[in-house]
Amino acid sequence: MFLKGRAHTFGDNIDTDIIIPARYLNTTDPSELAIHCMEGIDPDFPKKVSSGDIIVAGENFGCGSSREHAPVSIKACGISCIIAKSFARIFYRNAFNLGLPLLESKEAPDNIETGDLVEVDLPGGKIVNITKGMAFSIKPIPSFMLELLEADGLMAYIKKKMG
Amino acid sequence: MGMTITEKILAEHAGLKEVQPGELISARVDLALGNDITAPLAIKEFRKIGARRVFDPEKIALIPDHFVPSRDIKSAELSKLLREFSREHGILHYYEIGEAGIEHALLPEKGIVLPGDLVIGADSHTCTYGALGAFSTGVGSTDLAAVMITGEIWLKVPESMKFIYYGKRKRWVYGKDLILFTIGDISVDGALYKAMEFTGEAILSLKMSDRFAMANMAVEAGAKNGIFAPDEETLQYVKGRARRPFKCYQSDTDANYCEIKEYDVSRIEPQVAFPHLPSNVKGISEVGNIPIDQVFIGSCTNGWIEDLRIAAEILKGRRKAPYLRLIIIPSTPEIYNQALQEGLIDIFLQAGAVIGPPTCGPCLGGHMGVLAKGERAIATTNRNFIGRMGDPGSEVYLSNPAIAAASSILGRIGSPEELGL
Ligand code: SF4
Repeated sequence: MFLKGRAHTFGDNIDTDIIIPARYLNTTDPSELAIHCMEGIDPDFPKKVSSGDIIVAGENFGCGSSREHAPVSIKACGISCIIAKSFARIFYRNAFNLGLPLLESKEAPDNIETGDLVEVDLPGGKIVNITKGMAFSIKPIPSFMLELLEADGLMAYIKKKMG
Repeated sequence: MGMTITEKILAEHAGLKEVQPGELISARVDLALGNDITAPLAIKEFRKIGARRVFDPEKIALIPDHFVPSRDIKSAELSKLLREFSREHGILHYYEIGEAGIEHALLPEKGIVLPGDLVIGADSHTCTYGALGAFSTGVGSTDLAAVMITGEIWLKVPESMKFIYYGKRKRWVYGKDLILFTIGDISVDGALYKAMEFTGEAILSLKMSDRFAMANMAVEAGAKNGIFAPDEETLQYVKGRARRPFKCYQSDTDANYCEIKEYDVSRIEPQVAFPHLPSNVKGISEVGNIPIDQVFIGSCTNGWIEDLRIAAEILKGRRKAPYLRLIIIPSTPEIYNQALQEGLIDIFLQAGAVIGPPTCGPCLGGHMGVLAKGERAIATTNRNFIGRMGDPGSEVYLSNPAIAAASSILGRIGSPEELGL
């Protein structure tokens, strides 16, 4: 699984109230949620994203509420994966359950700026900042998580097991 | 090698003799919970893959509490989906508004969650039930759908952090202040992926409402769960509510902890969390002059009868400041009725408060007290992120009910001591 896209960088503690404010939770429609993605800190974010782009952030990305609407809106914006120094627990589960890969790296976020072209080699566990010609290794994704990604999410994975 | 209370409950529910932190297990679920915001997504996933039956209609709770009474057409559709699914599958713990309240107050109150349970909820504050000595943690809607089908959940066994509280609490210091102080100390990701075990002699004197408030905010430090070992106080609370057997677990004396933190509570004063993180705390004496526009007393953290009694003690015979809204919401109909019986509602009305029906209301900026740009509120809730209670340009401060009530009279953030109490 290779992913390539432009980076959009954020800081630490990006909580899910910022990613998708609660007033928009009266819908489950991904395309509606995408319109308000990151509205808490960058209302123009959805307009800046083209399909395959990558979010790059600091510590504790996705903290706060368990609202799955947060990774849903990010994925519906066209974001292909998120690189961060660390992820909040529930967001981590939700993203993989939806087939949205998350990559933990302490170094990469400090060496990637908004607009850099970034390539991610999931199985190989490598991040390459093509614009700056730098490469980083990522904390290996647990095998179970890779299984979820290959099955494109938890429900498809369960459907297969339900037979 | 000894095990912690969290490890014991997880081992029991995974059918294993013992478990190690980091181990990936599949655990049997005693109770799965969803609400009017998170369950609809789960119900859609459930139906999308053609699932026909829930694993056990008596082990699922679906509670309309966030956007109820329906705040708009779309919210009404979410509640309708919840209602119809519950009727279709004979969900035992579905309650209509009038009987429903905020999930994390309603489930303990009705004995739906008990010591030793493994509880999974599509809401990040599901960790609240750790106050009863249960393992309870929040997950997303897709996880809830999977649990509703299989009755099992995959979990990584967390490392346990031990928090020891000793000494005697000062006046106007409650469980809310202990957890705010702790989060201020270890920061919002200080317990990331870990279990927070609350122990110490100072814990024994905490009422259940204080313990619920502490376990409730474990997630605000990034924790997977927060937990208290059941004791006399827990059994007192659970007696008369439990309608099924339950099990009390204790950590082994030689259990392994990744970190141990100690706090002398006699040195902790009432805490106030400043915008925009629950870790951004100061003692009440260092707050300075901060005028406020709104006070909200309620939420799953501090909407218990004990919290309303504390607020009433301060509001009795006094009046809120002008140009300020004081909103008080009992968390469940039973608490509302108890407050009525004890004359607390009368005190609140005399003080100029608005009483809301049991709902999350303004806590997440849903309805019943949303803030405009530039407005400032102090609340007994658990989160003060940017835009949490309304416009991204508004501010939320967190505190215990005593500080909130005193602030409504002073018109700025302050303590009951300033009112001679
Ligand atoms: S009261 Fe607030 S924190 Fe508690 S369940 Fe409702 S929205 Fe969540």
